[in-house]
Amino acid sequence: MTDADLRSRASAHVVAIEMRDVHKWFGRFHVLRGIDLTVNRGERIVVCGPSGSGKSTLIRCINRLETHQRGTIVVDGRELTDDTKRTDEIRRDVGMVFQHFNLFPHLTVLENCTLSPIWTLGKSQKAATETAMHFLERVRIPEQAHKYPLQLSGGQQQRVAIARALCMSPKIMLFDEPTSALDPEMVKEVLDTMVSLAKDGMTMICVTHEMGFAREVADRVAFIDNGEFVEINNPEEFFAHPRHDRTKLFLSQILR
Amino acid sequence: MPPPQRTFVRSEFSPALPPPLNVAGPFAWVRANLFNSVLSSILTLLSIAFILWITPGLVRWLLIDAVWSAPDGDACRAPGAGACWAYVRAKITFFTYGAYPRDALWRVDLTLVMGAGLAMWLLWPDWPRKGIAAVLFFAIYPVVAFILLHGMGDGSRAVVNAAANAFNSDVLRDVARNSLPIIGTHLWGGIFVSLLVATVGIVVSLPMGVLLALGRQSRAPFIRFFCIVLIEVVRGVPLITVLFMANTMLPLFVPDAWTPDRLMRPLIGVALFASVYMAEVVRGGLQAVPRGQHEGAMALGLSQSKMMRLIVMPQALTIVIPGIVNSFIALFKDTTLVAIVGVFDFLRAIDTQRLDPAWNGPTISTTGYAFAAMFYFVFCFAMSRYSLMMERRLAHGRKR
Ligand SMILES: Nc1ncnc2c1ncn2[C@@H]1O[C@H](COP(=O)(O)OP(=O)(O)OP(=O)(O)O)[C@@H](O)[C@H]1O
Ligand SMILES: [Mg+2]
Repeated sequence: MTDADLRSRASAHVVAIEMRDVHKWFGRFHVLRGIDLTVNRGERIVVCGPSGSGKSTLIRCINRLETHQRGTIVVDGRELTDDTKRTDEIRRDVGMVFQHFNLFPHLTVLENCTLSPIWTLGKSQKAATETAMHFLERVRIPEQAHKYPLQLSGGQQQRVAIARALCMSPKIMLFDEPTSALDPEMVKEVLDTMVSLAKDGMTMICVTHEMGFAREVADRVAFIDNGEFVEINNPEEFFAHPRHDRTKLFLSQILR
Repeated sequence: MPPPQRTFVRSEFSPALPPPLNVAGPFAWVRANLFNSVLSSILTLLSIAFILWITPGLVRWLLIDAVWSAPDGDACRAPGAGACWAYVRAKITFFTYGAYPRDALWRVDLTLVMGAGLAMWLLWPDWPRKGIAAVLFFAIYPVVAFILLHGMGDGSRAVVNAAANAFNSDVLRDVARNSLPIIGTHLWGGIFVSLLVATVGIVVSLPMGVLLALGRQSRAPFIRFFCIVLIEVVRGVPLITVLFMANTMLPLFVPDAWTPDRLMRPLIGVALFASVYMAEVVRGGLQAVPRGQHEGAMALGLSQSKMMRLIVMPQALTIVIPGIVNSFIALFKDTTLVAIVGVFDFLRAIDTQRLDPAWNGPTISTTGYAFAAMFYFVFCFAMSRYSLMMERRLAHGRKR
């Protein structure tokens, strides 16, 4: 076996996220009902589904903002358990972008980006600032670095949120409807940022109803309903030949 | 041939005309703010009438008819005399220091000046190195102030000696040798004791309140239970009761040798009382911080304690600045209650002096209380202004 073989084999088998039979209840309400999902490194998954189907819950289980009650979730080779220290470590490797940005309003844009690298990765102020400026340039708002988040437009805030997550050099990025709180004219600037991230080979799970984005970058599109995956397929098949009636209905509603 | 056309081109902008009188200027302001409706007009007129009615008498009593200097109370006893400021001037040392030995007043002055300086350093937003100021104010200053005010017993002399040896400082050795004589708290009194009680209450209650508020939300049941019980019990009881309990019950629980000093007991009571109120104020702030802030911090891998310290608490405290300052103001005025358990505070000092036969007269009590009112008002008003300023400065994060 040659080195090249080994490497290709290794990379082919490196699994970023592995969810096995994951169940979650809110009280008596069964939100996730046996989720099985394997995401390989570098893969881009788009998750869609009707409101209340459990998309946010699913994605939030991956960095343990929600705890699951049955099944296993392994992120980058480490299983999610009650061990808070390990959870914090995993969260440093998993960036998350929220629907409502969740930027820290009492800190400047730059401070938002440098806070965690300084306090959790132990970077120096200088190194953290350099990284932050690099990523703010990447999301094309370096000139806003010293403003406060609420002085920016929604699209700019979301790009800051993406930059903030990138400053941790995450191995995986989770997006929970990153564009659905934005005015239409700002959606594109955020999607462009995400597309460029995807082109760089970032492992991504995006909950979104932007089907243009799904077509352009997704390796697989997953449709979830009632806490179960109804259908997972590559985008061509998914959009051209949905197999299930629920998928067809859903697509007909959002594509119109 | 048509005559050459004359064109006229302005080379400058014509000056802007002032807005008409009914849009801007004082006249418009009065109309927009004082007479914008029938009700508002009536209220305005009533207020003006009230001010006209109250001001002349007040000004006459406080300023015009007031006795500004006199050797004793005779001039103040004259009929028609106003406030007897001469009396306040004669008693000001007593009002400020109580019975503190007159040759040692510099010790109080020095303590007050240091405290004021450090407080300014901490509170003034643009002054740098708050960290050093905080260490000085919260850790070093209390010890220094205690030694200065109380003097050095054997214990503190040992401490100063140790410090002198540690830093190899001759100044400190000198201090230890010519030690400050002990001045018992039964001699302390007046404004300085009021400021002391208030400062201890404020300095203790903020960190304690933060800890209690966090403890109340803790996941550890014992800590949570303890905090809830403490907060609810102390909060459900009037301050006077807390003071009495501190006064009579503390000695029952601790060994004789450890029984806190008679000034220390009310100090503990006030600090405890202020802390539980502060805890509830801070809890309100914690609840006002949106859930998304916690999630944003957690998703970045910040530990629970760092999330609280760096993200949640700063926002919570900013939100409740008005409540915090409100508590401080209430506390500052409540310190007058320590008089009931025998602490000789400012109000008590005024109260005991008004019967001095040399000054006794019809205006003496009123003058004394007016002076106290002004003193308390100045401090409380300053606190309120300061909080407004801080609110505005910290608002940048929340405003567009
Ligand atoms: N903290 C909670 N406590 C109780 N029920 C919850 C909680 N969070 C979510 N749910 C419920 O779980 C279900 C799934 O919620 P989730 O937020 O995952 O849906 P979603 O697919 O993201 O929907 P949307 O498209 O509206 O964001 C919903 O019915 C919701 O009411
Ligand atoms: Mg959702």
